[in-house]
Amino acid sequence: MDFSIFTILLQDGITNGAIYALVALALVLVFAVNRIIFLPQGEFVAFGALTLVSLQAGTIPGTVWLLAVMAILTTLLDLSAALRLGRKRLIARLLLIKLVSPLLLVALVCWAAPRQWPLLVQALLSIVTVTAMGPMIYRLAYQRLANAKVLVLLIVSVGVHFVMTGLGLLFFGPEGARVAPYVESSLTLGTLELSGQDMVVLAVSLLLMLVLAWFFNHTLYGKALQATAKNRVGARLMGISTTMAGKLSLCFAAFIGALSGILIVPTTAIYYDSGFLIGLKGFVGAILGGLMSYPLAAIGAVLVGLLEAFSSFWASEYKEVIVFTAIIPILLWRSIASGGTPHGGDE
Amino acid sequence: MLTSLRSRSLLLLVLVATLLPLLPVPNFWVTQANYVGLYGIVCIGLVLLTGVGGLTSFGQAAFVGLGAYATGFLTTQTGLSPWLGLLAGLMITGLCAYLIGQVTLRMSGHYLPLATMAWGLSLYFLFGNMEWLGKYDGISGIPPITLFGIQLDNARAMYYLIWFFVLCAVLISLNLLNSRPGRAIRSLKGGAAMAEAMGVNTAHYKITVFVLAALLASLSGWLYAHFQRTVNPTPFGITMGIQYLMMAVIGGAGYVWGALLGALIMTLLQDKLQVWLPGLLGANGNIEIVVYGLILILILQYAQEGLWPVLHSLYGKLWPVHQSAVPPSLDLSDKAGNALSDTIAPLATRCKLAPGELILEVAAARKQFGGLVAVNDVSFQIKAADIVGLIGPNGAGKSTMFNLISGVLSLTRGKIAFNGETIGRLSARQIVTRGIGRTFQHVQLLPTMSVLENVAIGAHLRSAQGHLHQVMTAMFRLDHQQERALLQEAKRQLRRVGLGDYLHVQAGSLALGQQRILEIARALCSDPLLLLLDEPAAGLRLKEKQALAELLRQLRDEGMSILLVEHDMDFVMELTDHLVVMEFGSKIAEGTPTQIQSDPVVLEAYLGGVD
Repeated sequence: MDFSIFTILLQDGITNGAIYALVALALVLVFAVNRIIFLPQGEFVAFGALTLVSLQAGTIPGTVWLLAVMAILTTLLDLSAALRLGRKRLIARLLLIKLVSPLLLVALVCWAAPRQWPLLVQALLSIVTVTAMGPMIYRLAYQRLANAKVLVLLIVSVGVHFVMTGLGLLFFGPEGARVAPYVESSLTLGTLELSGQDMVVLAVSLLLMLVLAWFFNHTLYGKALQATAKNRVGARLMGISTTMAGKLSLCFAAFIGALSGILIVPTTAIYYDSGFLIGLKGFVGAILGGLMSYPLAAIGAVLVGLLEAFSSFWASEYKEVIVFTAIIPILLWRSIASGGTPHGGDE
Repeated sequence: MLTSLRSRSLLLLVLVATLLPLLPVPNFWVTQANYVGLYGIVCIGLVLLTGVGGLTSFGQAAFVGLGAYATGFLTTQTGLSPWLGLLAGLMITGLCAYLIGQVTLRMSGHYLPLATMAWGLSLYFLFGNMEWLGKYDGISGIPPITLFGIQLDNARAMYYLIWFFVLCAVLISLNLLNSRPGRAIRSLKGGAAMAEAMGVNTAHYKITVFVLAALLASLSGWLYAHFQRTVNPTPFGITMGIQYLMMAVIGGAGYVWGALLGALIMTLLQDKLQVWLPGLLGANGNIEIVVYGLILILILQYAQEGLWPVLHSLYGKLWPVHQSAVPPSLDLSDKAGNALSDTIAPLATRCKLAPGELILEVAAARKQFGGLVAVNDVSFQIKAADIVGLIGPNGAGKSTMFNLISGVLSLTRGKIAFNGETIGRLSARQIVTRGIGRTFQHVQLLPTMSVLENVAIGAHLRSAQGHLHQVMTAMFRLDHQQERALLQEAKRQLRRVGLGDYLHVQAGSLALGQQRILEIARALCSDPLLLLLDEPAAGLRLKEKQALAELLRQLRDEGMSILLVEHDMDFVMELTDHLVVMEFGSKIAEGTPTQIQSDPVVLEAYLGGVD
């Protein structure tokens, strides 16, 4: 390997690592707030990317139909709850937020799809569509089980993952797709060539991380999420709704996922089931931080990206094997770090 | 009652299983039944591992793959007999599972499923990229199994072999769960700390049940390879791994029969969905997983225990049988109890110390949590056949002292010696082997297990054989003698404390006071020389307190030494021979109850000083 190959691999690894880092942050957020190991995080990535691909091709993305159905189901559930509790005054607001606005979004996307609007607008529409799904998924799949054990929530996540992957196949077909790079130019520094596309990915990822850090430390809702993560019961006693926190965290997760998908789709062909592996690689990174620490999760994810890039050079056939067996030494290290005390099988 | 539900279900299974291929059913049915059996074997392993042991694995499909590839490779490349292939597959799988278990089972709950997911994925890619395993095309031309000169080369022939192994798996699992190792495995989920304090090596049992589940998966893989006569990586991928877990959850992960039910439902569902889903949605491919996902979510939201309990209660409503008080899992103890009540040789006991001999010595014991000194150089002694009370206001450090003696916490400095041996650095499990039994401040028992079984966990250490020997004999029910002796001992202790009428009741249905007494019986089962009781009278009514005091006095008269931490002053003053009073981590007084009652320092600590 010479220096130029090394720098290419390095760039590749860091760019993919940045995407994994975003995914890892979302995973840590959802786990910390809800104790949900959110396997379907990767599906948001695929949905975001493929929704954009559909819009670019001028077709209506299937994700909007999913959004419409989930909006109706969510509304029905909330309506019946509101009626049962006799809170009739809330119904108008409920219908407006939970039913009318998502359906307006669906209508907007359907209307916009054949009109070939600028890329940036299409990206925005894709992100909004996917982001709106996050809270609905919480409502439909998790809310009833908010107090269940981690393992039960994990198995529910598996169910959500199955549903989303299957629907992804239905919506987007089995073929992979990508879009044209957002930035064609590249920057040459001596022998070093930096691709503009990679720079965009890195810049946006870093910016998003900074915004998230600011949000969590300086806004009321951010602090509410942090409080819920630290102590659920305590947060509730202080008047923070854990349901709100759950929905908000999934909203963020969906947003981060969709954005990651849009960032990655010019460089890698995304298939309906690509999300799962991306999500799991984010997990390998997040486990480095014990699913607890945001900075460690991000660093771990970048390391996973680098490991993947370099192993694809030396043993491309085994790159997945290498990346996923890397979890074993990480687990071993964590188990030694935690003093190796035996824990119960459940919690 | 011999016609317990369990024997009836077994009989029904054998009957249906034998008759099915003899009937003029289409071949397709037999093939489907074969798949139910193949999946069922894997799911039974998952029931032991996940439903009972509380350890979740998404990687069982990979173990199935190891079994299938091992025999596939050996029989096609070296022409060895499939039976040697089975042996090789089991050995490779066992070794892999042992190594993976060593690394991952040390982690808390949610890491294990993630690790098994990663391991399942890696193995799939490994199978798919190995030149010598045929890459993604796999291995074909695997010979059929030959048994007594008969070639099992069609679905009907394989059917008997597969269902023979299903039956074996069911029997072995039921036997195992109904034994000393089984009780230890059942305590892993939700009672690991208690089990450790009773001397159960939970780490050993986790590994054991993980390896056992992997071996069952490997067996299923071996059958699969010789049934299909070809293997490729797809059926051993992560999706299948997840589906195995789904089957167990849908059927009822806590029930061996639930595993078979889940396998049956999923096989039927798969077949139907693959026919009518493409017609409905107009797409090809693996879209039935959408429906699986929805079912999984709904089951977890509305029937977390799976469908087996639902079916079971439905059956009970339709054909109400006269329920004997004995739950189905307990027929052994019942038979043993009736037939052999007192003829069984009792378990060996330790020799007691003479009254007045020094049994526990705490010398300048100190425990610091960071800068906080919770126990500040406390010293006291316990003499054999004495009841010693450890009292003090809230936050005095009594519970910390208790935890230091019982091995939950380790000493910062100082010395604790039991029966002449220093125990200050030993773990809870090592301490119970020395002859110290304990109860818990917050009652810790397994609410769905019977009172008798709960108490029998306390007798865990009172059998001489090694771990593997125990597990093996339990699986094939060669442990009659020991099992009877253990249950007899548990029964004896329950009678001793006055719970003799509640042997087969679910422990969770007892009143709190009875649950505390149950804990004492469980501690007695370990044949202790010293009994540590953490607030035994809390939550008890007056009559219950009197009965408890009477019981403790009786135990003392039989030579037992007792240390109790207690808040109830009347109880303590009447009962104890000697009192140690703590405040703010230090010992402030020691003496007989009468001395303590008039000690000015103690009065000030409890009632406040007169300024």
